Amino acid sequence: MTPTPGSGRLPGSFMAPGSASFAEFLVALRGESPLPATGTVGEVPHATTIVALTWQGGVLMAGDRRATMGNVIAQRDIEKVFPADEHSVVGIAGAAGIAVELVRLFQVELEHYEKIEGIPLSLDGKANRLASLLRSNLGLAMQGLAVVPLFGGFDLDQGRGRIFSYDVTGGRYEERDHHAVGSGSMFARGSLKKLYRPDMSADDALTAAIEALYDAADDDSATGGPDLTRRIFPVVALVDSDGVRIMAESDMQPVVERVVRARYANPDGPVATLPAGDAR
Amino acid sequence: MTVPFYVSPEQIIKDKADFARKGIAKGRSVVVLQYDGGILFVAENPSRALHKISEIYDRIAFAAVGKYNEFENLRVAGVRLADLRGYSYDRRDVTGRSLANAYAQTLGAIFSETPKPYEVEIVVAEVGRIPEDDQMYRLTFDGSVADEQGYVAMGGQAEEIATALGESWAPGLSLRDALTSAVAALAAGATDRDPPGPAQLEAAILERDRPRRAFRRLPTARLAELLGEPVPGPPPAGVAESPDSPGVEG
Repeated sequence: MTPTPGSGRLPGSFMAPGSASFAEFLVALRGESPLPATGTVGEVPHATTIVALTWQGGVLMAGDRRATMGNVIAQRDIEKVFPADEHSVVGIAGAAGIAVELVRLFQVELEHYEKIEGIPLSLDGKANRLASLLRSNLGLAMQGLAVVPLFGGFDLDQGRGRIFSYDVTGGRYEERDHHAVGSGSMFARGSLKKLYRPDMSADDALTAAIEALYDAADDDSATGGPDLTRRIFPVVALVDSDGVRIMAESDMQPVVERVVRARYANPDGPVATLPAGDAR
Repeated sequence: MTVPFYVSPEQIIKDKADFARKGIAKGRSVVVLQYDGGILFVAENPSRALHKISEIYDRIAFAAVGKYNEFENLRVAGVRLADLRGYSYDRRDVTGRSLANAYAQTLGAIFSETPKPYEVEIVVAEVGRIPEDDQMYRLTFDGSVADEQGYVAMGGQAEEIATALGESWAPGLSLRDALTSAVAALAAGATDRDPPGPAQLEAAILERDRPRRAFRRLPTARLAELLGEPVPGPPPAGVAESPDSPGVEG
């Protein structure tokens, strides 16, 4: 960042034509990747469960608020769902410090491209960029500091919401309808599978996401349920053709209260119907 | 023994400055002015894709006249510097002043160290939370920087345009009035041809009240509506349109 001594002029890497990637520019400038490649660590905070599902207008992503460090709750109001740019969101599970840094780099990467090229990346382009940023973290992932993001966005070309999941090696997989990542994801996924309907409204999708996170918190100690006493609710992002909207706490409260109240009568949540006749 | 051909430093500097001035004077002009809701940029630029006005960061934008490849190079460097600062520190730590300083150093070094100076003139503008905090820096080919108030004109007929703006500009103009006076000023500089219509204009604003990224382009239809003119059709085919000053007759 400091200009070269003597001339005071910006270094050559600033003036080099051709690249619209911020991460590649950082490597050219500093000679190293912005994300640490290796290291040894003890216990660090881990972020847990993220769910995403498509609805008729786009995609919805929700994350619980707990970060754990071993058996300790490291933070009870961490945010794990972030707007990536105007039409996409990213949620993170895994080593929280690295994951939050990855998201920050990803946000700059998308905005940087948009400013230099004058148009935003396609949704597939964004998903691929996230995969290559993630791959640069492979060394740390192998030492236990894995980051597993979930990416969702509104595809302006196709006019629909899409969801992408990743593995620690940077593998990118497009998911149909719904997906979850993190320690509580298997319980959330089971729950979503029974609650999901094609062409849900935004309200129905929101309720399904809260139910799924409740089920994840029910069976996974690292996932935090809605905390009504402290008014800590899941972070929910809605993406449609108008862009990303993070749900306000005041809009979340009635939905969360309704879900929790229904659990007083039925602790296991909504009942799915069996093909032959009644549920119970 | 032959005597080396001697040219005095004064002469070298003067020749370079004349060369750069001549290059810039060939191009069409850009004006930057404050209005009640932020900062307005208006350029005479028939190209829709090759911009003279661009976003640099949340509240900072860039306008340029002169040779396209040279100011594009500076624009990209500015985006990189701003994004690097915002990523290393915080978004609030990216300022128009530091960007203007970096540009001044760079342009000054290019002017004195290379045989051919950049034929460009640029404005870096930052919109503040209140009008008094707005900043407009004008940078010339040799790295000199001026902190401007109210309005700036650059390009071929900068003096005529600045005179016209001086008569029509006042603090607290509405967007419509600011745009009208900007277009009238550009027309005052274009005495040898038709005044520019909405299709020949590129315009953008830095909106004071926008929460994060304040930069917005004004599309042709919106320009026509603000200027009270009919929406123009598509430009005639087969006519090359370049923001590059030496390529544009003017």
